[in-house]
Parts: sequence; C-alpha cells; structure tokens
Amino acid sequence: MPAVSKGDGMRGLAVFISDIRNCKSKEAEIKRINKELANIRSKFKGDKALDGYSKKKYVCKLLFIFLLGHDIDFGHMEAVNLLSSNKYTEKQIGYLFISVLVNSNSELIRLINNAIKNDLSSRNPTFMCLALHCIANVGSREMAEAFASEIPRILVAGDTMDSVKQSAALCLLRLYKTSPDLVLMGEWTSRVVHLLNDQHMGVVTAAISLITCLSQKNPDEFKTCVSLAVSRLSRIVSSASTDLQDYTYYFVPAPWLSCKLLRLLQCYPPPEDGAVKGRLVECLETILNKAQEPPKSKKVQHSNAKNAILFEAISLIIHYDSEPNLLVRACNQLGQFLQHRETNLRYLALESMCTLASSEFSHEAVKTHIETVINALKTERDVSVRQRAADLLYAMCDRSNAKQIVAEMLSYLETADYSIREEMVLKVAILAEKYAVDYSWYVDTILNLIRIAGDYVSEEVWYRVIQIVINRDDVQGYAAKTVFEALQAPACHENMVKVGGYILGEFGNLIAGDPRSSPLVQFNLLHSKFHLCSVPTRALLLSAYIKFINLFPETKATIQEVLRCDSQIRNSDVELQQRAVEYLKLSSIASTDVLATVLEEMPPFPERESSILAKLKKKKGPGAVSVTELEDSKRESSELNGAGERGPDPSVMAASNASTPSPSADLLGIRSAAPVSTAPASAGSLLVDVFSEAGPAASSGAVNDDGFLRFVCKNNGVLFENQLLQIGIKSEYRQNLGRMYLFYGNKTSVQFASFTTTVSCPGELQTHILGIVEPLVEGGAQIQQVLNIECLTDFSDAPLLNIKFRYGGALQNLTLKLPVTINKFFQLTEMASQDFFQRWKQLSQPQQEAQKIFKANHSMDTEVIKAKLLGLGMALLDNVDPNPENYVCAGVIQTKSQQVGCLLRLEPNAQAQMYRLTLRCSKDSVSKRLCELLAQQF
Amino acid sequence: MRFLLLFSRQGRLRLQKWYTAISEREKKKIIREMTTMVLARQPRTCNFIQWKDLKIVYKRYASLYFCLGVEHEENELLALEIIHRYVELLDKYFGNVCELDIIFNFEKAYFILDEFLMGGEIQETSKQIVNRAIESSDMLQETMEEYMSKPAF
Repeated sequence: MPAVSKGDGMRGLAVFISDIRNCKSKEAEIKRINKELANIRSKFKGDKALDGYSKKKYVCKLLFIFLLGHDIDFGHMEAVNLLSSNKYTEKQIGYLFISVLVNSNSELIRLINNAIKNDLSSRNPTFMCLALHCIANVGSREMAEAFASEIPRILVAGDTMDSVKQSAALCLLRLYKTSPDLVLMGEWTSRVVHLLNDQHMGVVTAAISLITCLSQKNPDEFKTCVSLAVSRLSRIVSSASTDLQDYTYYFVPAPWLSCKLLRLLQCYPPPEDGAVKGRLVECLETILNKAQEPPKSKKVQHSNAKNAILFEAISLIIHYDSEPNLLVRACNQLGQFLQHRETNLRYLALESMCTLASSEFSHEAVKTHIETVINALKTERDVSVRQRAADLLYAMCDRSNAKQIVAEMLSYLETADYSIREEMVLKVAILAEKYAVDYSWYVDTILNLIRIAGDYVSEEVWYRVIQIVINRDDVQGYAAKTVFEALQAPACHENMVKVGGYILGEFGNLIAGDPRSSPLVQFNLLHSKFHLCSVPTRALLLSAYIKFINLFPETKATIQEVLRCDSQIRNSDVELQQRAVEYLKLSSIASTDVLATVLEEMPPFPERESSILAKLKKKKGPGAVSVTELEDSKRESSELNGAGERGPDPSVMAASNASTPSPSADLLGIRSAAPVSTAPASAGSLLVDVFSEAGPAASSGAVNDDGFLRFVCKNNGVLFENQLLQIGIKSEYRQNLGRMYLFYGNKTSVQFASFTTTVSCPGELQTHILGIVEPLVEGGAQIQQVLNIECLTDFSDAPLLNIKFRYGGALQNLTLKLPVTINKFFQLTEMASQDFFQRWKQLSQPQQEAQKIFKANHSMDTEVIKAKLLGLGMALLDNVDPNPENYVCAGVIQTKSQQVGCLLRLEPNAQAQMYRLTLRCSKDSVSKRLCELLAQQF
Repeated sequence: MRFLLLFSRQGRLRLQKWYTAISEREKKKIIREMTTMVLARQPRTCNFIQWKDLKIVYKRYASLYFCLGVEHEENELLALEIIHRYVELLDKYFGNVCELDIIFNFEKAYFILDEFLMGGEIQETSKQIVNRAIESSDMLQETMEEYMSKPAF
C-alpha cells in the first residue's frame, strides 16, 4: 500500500482501497466489496454503539463503494448522525456522503435539515460553510423551503465572515435556480447589489454570479448594478498586474471577475449615462489594445486568461451592436485569431465571428475573411473546427458571395464527416433558395446536392425544389432539361428519380420538341428506374405516367400497356395497385377534355415558411436561428414563390382544405393531410395527393403517458384514438394473472393492410397473445385481440404494444404503453385498526417507505377519492386513522415469486389543495413505484 | 457549470461532481458518453466539444483527463483555467499530485474542489485563500493519537 494517505489517514479505508485495486477481475472486486458491505452492515447493526471515528470510516468506505459504481442502500442514517458530531472531520464526511448520495427520503431530509439549521446558527464559520455547501449540493425544494429566507440574512449581515458570505451567495444562487419562487430578495436587493463594491475580491467574485442570475430575471430591480460593475471593471482593467496580488492569474488581473463583470453588463443595454458609457468604452478599448501587446508570459495559462477577457469583451461589443468602431476592431482581432497556431483560438474566433456576421456594422468586415474560412473548412484536422467554419460561412453568406460559398460547401460535402452532412445539406438548400437570383442556379444546386449527398437530402429539401419550380414559370423548362440530363446517369439517387418524375410529369412537354428528349424517350428513361425504386417513389412515377398520357397522347398506348401488366395492376401493394387500376380506367374512359381538366398542371403552392429552415432550427435547438434571419427568409421566399400575385386555384384549395383539418406549417401542407374517405373514382383528389406517401403520421413511438395513467385506477376504456384508429381495452386480473382484451377499430372507410401487433414487455412480466389478428382490417370494422399476462415479480416498466399497418400505402407505426401496472395484482386485505398500526410499525425501515407531497389535480371530493382508491385494488379501511379526513388502505401484491404487503395513507389538505401520500411496503421498489403512479391520480 | 469528471486514460472514473440534480442512470449515461467521446479525440485537436446543449471543455494532465460540462454562455477559455487552477490546488496540497493521491484521498479531492467551486460557480480564485482553508480544516482534525489506538477494521 503506498503511503499516500494524508491528513487524518483512515488506515482501514486505505487498506480497503488498496485491496480493491489489487483485485484481478471484476468478480474478485465484487466479492471483496460484498464482504466489506456485510462487515459494515453488521457493524452498523451490532449491539455495540460505534464511536465517531469508526462511523466516519465506514461511511467513507460506503461512499467509496458508491463512487465505484455500486448501489448503496444503507448507511444514510449513520451519515446523518455524523452531521451532529462536533468533530470537524466527522461532520465533513457526513456532509460529503449526504451531498453525493442525495436521498429524497423525507424522514432523512428532516433530520438533515435539523443538522444544517444547527450548524447555520452555530456562528462557527467552518461549520456554516459546510452546511451551506450541503444545501447547495442537494438544492432540493424541501431545503429551499427551509432555508431560502435565512440565507439572504447571512449574506448581508455585517458580522458575517467573508468566506461564509461567499458560500451564502452561491448557495442562494443554487436555490434560486431550482426554486425561484421561494427566494425573495425584496428588501435585500440593494445590499446584495452593493456587494459589487466589497473590499474582498473573493466576495465580489461569488456575489456577481448571484447578481447576474437575478439581473437576468429582474433587470429593472437590479439595474443599479450597471454603474457599479463598470467602475469595478475599470479599476481592474487599469490596474497593474501586481496590484491584485493573489487575484492576479499568470500576470492577468482577476480574469474570472473581469469576465463575470462583462457578462453581467450583457444583461443590459448600453448605459444611458454618458460618463458611465465613456468609462466602459474606454475599458473595452484597453482590453482590445492589450491584445496587441506582447505577452507577459509564454505560458498558455497567461494567454488563455487574457483572451478569455478579450472574447467576453467582444461578446459585449456584439451585444451592444452600436459602436461601429469597436465592432470593426473586434472583427480584425478575431481575423488574426483565425490563423493562430492554437486550435482553441481558431475555434473560438470562428464561433465568435458567427455572431459578428449578423451585425450590419461588421458584416462587411467579416466577409473579408472568406478565403481564410474556406481554407479552414478544407484543411482543419479537427471536425469540430470544420463545423464552426461551415457555420460561419453560412452566417456570412449574402447575395454577393452566395455562389462562391454554396460551391465551396457543395465540394466540401463530398468528403464531409457523416455527423455533419445532414446539417450541411440543409444549409446549402437554404442558402441556394435564399440568395437565388437566377433560378437555373438554384435548380442546379439542389440537383447537385441530391447527386452528392442524396441520402442526407430530406423530404423537405426535395419538396421545396418542386414547390419553387412549380411557382416560377421562368425556370420550368430549364428544370425539365436538367433533371432529364441528371437521370441519364446509370446510377442515380432515388430522390433524383422523385424530383425527375414529378418535374417531367408536369413540364416534360417543355423539352419534348427536341428529338433527344421526345416523350417516349422521357418515359423510357423514367421507367428504366422504376423497378429499382421503393413503393412511394413508384407511386409517384405512376402519377407521372398518367400525366404523360395527358401531355403526350402519343404515349398513351405504351403507358396503358405498362399499367395493364400484372406487376402493376395486380401488385401486392394496395396503393400501387389502386393507382394502376384507376389511372388505366381514367385514361381509357375519360374524354380528352376531362383528362385535360383532371390532369391539369399543378397550381402554384401557397407561400409558407420554409420548412427547411424550420427543420434546421429544430436540429440546432431554439435560438440557433435568429429571429431576423427567419423574417428575412420569409420575405425572401415570398419574393421567390411569386405567390400572392397568382391566387391559388380555388378548387384545389377546397380539396386540400377538406382533407387538412388543421393547416400545418408543413412544406406542402399535405403530409399531415389525411385523405379521409377518398371516393375511389375521384382521381382528381388522388392526384393532388401525389405527395401523400407519408400519410397521416401517427407519430411513431408516441408516448401515451396520459392515456396510460388514466388506467391506474380503472380497467376498461379507450386507450388511444386518432383520426384513423381507436383502441379500447378491457382487462381483468386474478392473483398474479391477468387477461386483457384489446379492440382495434378502423375509423376510416378504407381498409388497413398488413395490420400487425407485437407486445414487448419487461422481464418481470410474461405476456402471451392468444390468436393472431387478421392482417386486413376493413373500413369501419373492429377486431379483437386477447393478451394473457403473468406477473413474475414486481416491476416498474409497462409492456409496450407496437402496431403497424398500411393505410393508403403509407406505413403507420405506433407504440403504446399498455396500462399494466403493479397495482393490478393487488388483493385486498381487510384489517382492524390495531393490526394496521402493528404492521405499519413493522415496515419502518426508511427505504420501505415512500412519500410524496403533491398538489391536487382534480377535485378533492371524498366519493371520487374513495372510488379511485377502490379502483386501485386495495381495501379501504374505515376507523383506522385518528383523523377521519385521511384515507388508509391495505393490500397484498401477488407475484409469482413473492407476495408484497402494502399499506397506504393519503392525507388531503383541502385548504392548501395538497395531498401527502405515504406508502409502506415490504419491498422498497414497490413503495417507490406505487408512490410514483398514485401521485398523478388525485 | 453542470458537472466535472476526472477519469483515467483507461476510462476509469476517479471523481465526479454534479451541479444539477439528475438521476443516477442519467449520470452513468453521461459518464459513459464523456469518456468515450473525450478519449477518442485525436491529439492537438481543440479542447472544446459541442455536446447537446452543453459545451464540453476537457484537458489531459498526465494520466488523468479533466472534463467539464458548461452552459452555452460560459467562457471556454476560463473553463480550461478552472481545470488548471484545480490541478494547481491539488498539487499544492498533495505535493506533485498523481492519480494515486486522488484515488486514496478521494474525500480530500472533493473537499478541495468544494473550497474552490460551489454550485457550479467559482467561489474563490485565490490559491492562497483556498489553501489556507484546506490547511485549517486539516488543523481542525482530532489528534492522530486518538485514532491510532483504533483497530484498522
């Protein structure tokens, strides 16, 4: 054992750690740990009272075991005991244990809070700091309730030691972050703000974190901090590197405090007071000047600290966005960093320049670095730096450089890392659309995109190119010619076939004059791809074919031949078969006039927010795309679509309205449109729906927590319902067995095909589906399925029901939680008051109890509560609880492996509209699970 | 700041500190992701990684990786220096700190961290003051003799 133990050295602990390190295998380690756990358990349970030192040592061992990744389910009480020790190290270990193994067990929290209260009032600064640390570490609501009013007092009291003030400030910050409603600054506000003037730099550093957070939430109340912050900053910035003694870090005066002051100022607009503003601008200039001075040390710590302040100052300059001179200087400084040898600085410079690019004052200056940034995209070894370079190119793009940037991004895409391809594709698509002056360039770009990175081109992107081609008649001929050429490639991406099929179907006539692209050549080209494509693409191609019949009557015979062949008209896919049959019929019975009307060119699409942009926003999270950018793109795209001048065709609007219950922001507004009860003969509306492959998305993987929770206290009802499908359940349970009847109702008039269901369940349950459901569910029909359930041992996870079927060619995929909860296996147990309390006492180990205090979600009506408790499956016991308002229940959960006795107590507080729910079960996991389930029922 | 992790080149976790309440399961998931992600980084790449809504700032000292998860608005360079200052504090206390010191005195490593950071914010940047606080808490310890008479187990 190395002699590394320092300080008080718990020898036993060191021996144990060294044993663990010497274990040759995971098994040996587990064995050693189990031995130790048994030893500690017997020591804790022994008759002999343990002294403080032993208790500390064992608690510390438990902590070590926990940190190795093992579960610890005892020792909490001993740790709590250590808190009230008056020996510092014992107290310290106790607090450490509590901080690391926070336990929401209410019994303990009360004891911990008591110990904290004692330490806070002890006036011993080290004890006070320990207590404050513990509050900050746990940060729970109960602690906030107990101490949120006390801590501000400690923070501003004149006689509080500096170190305690620091802890109090940060403790309060933590409580404010978790329970802002409980931390009321009110009368303390001005005294807290004045901590910015404190003599002690450590106090200012700690307090400013608190002040910044409070200012963000209540800027008006804290606005006096601006002038104080400016003067403090000015004093630091102008100080010599030795003035601040130990607060100087590698020759940089107070870097942490400086950055925090600059960050605080970013919560506010530029100071209105001229003098204050002048002083601040002076500070910012000094910081920029210092960046040009030779470094005072070669150490990286020096340059990091110095540049940290510089970047924070630049953030403030960008935030103000009102000082052109400073903005340009900032940009030049970042430009230097773009070529710095430190990768970190290049990364940060690219990141910071992204925000500078959005300012009108510095946009042009940022643009001058385009070559460097393009070079970074090509040559940086680190993918995260390349990602930043791509972001910056996107941000600095405008009409003047769009062609260059898009070309560079496209060429980068050929070799880009897989992790960033999808985002790059979206960015290229957006830039191409936003800055397209001539649409042939736009079409070329998107087709290139599909060629280079077809797999990463999402539906939104290719929908969009079609939308734009349809809305711009000056580009239609070019688009037709280009897709025709692109389709010549022996292997082309399926997305290319989709775009090609759609565009040629609409505008193939514009290039049909050229014998090299005569109607038949076009058709043969498209049809040569047909067999390699997926079902949705084939469906789209069939629609293109019928459009061909209208555009080029000479192709009619050939196409009818294709539609008539068995592989179409008898296709096993219903959607394909339907299209083939209908189109064939339409082409043979309708007159040319009717055909021309039904198969008319698509009307322009109504203008919408670019869904590509919406997708990018979703990918990057809110805030990634600035509001101005959004508005910008709206304006641009309305220009682009030329919508508004040409009103959309009312008949089509009517058709799409009929099938779109809520107009969505979706690109074409048809993905969410359920073509409900399309009469088979109305081929017109089918054509409007050429895009509806996706169909009414039944949001696969939907979590029906809501529906699930409704069944905790009842067994029958509707589990799920959407536009297409309704699922009802009936269930019954006996002992550890259950049977569930599932009813699937087709709400539409169209058949569901390939209907399959599967149930996956946690290991603790066994389910068995009786009989197989028919793969076809007729329109309006209901089918039934029976599920047998056996509970092997207690469980928390519900079984999942997965349902798949095809509706109108679109695959629907749905996953639901089946409401099988542990309480279903309850058997009621009637008992008298005396028995109840005896059992209650027997179940008094802390982990056997679970308790929750929660707000009432429903009316607190006695009869309703009683009905719910009975539905739960436990016996409701009268005349047990001394308070008649309270409810008391008892029951036994039957599982195959064991029986779990459970007692429940529910105490309503009508005045506060709150409940306290307590469960005691012979198995701790059951108490916890029941408590979770029930807390959401009342 | 959301969390601080210390792990070895082999991916063994040596210290974990969480500044927001998250479940044990989630913690284990994050630890796994961080170790694989950071250990897979090539040399001479930058010390920052964008990860979900957080910035990951990491640095290697000898056989140990220090890895911080910080909020988006925080300053990456200063986060690096937070790591460095913590290493300095450990170094000062243990005298040429090595991985073994942290393994055998994990509780001290926590105490030192707590003097320096609290609730994910800087509490005290002065090395002297932090060291003094640690030393005085060592002074507060009961005399060694009292313990020496106790059995090891």
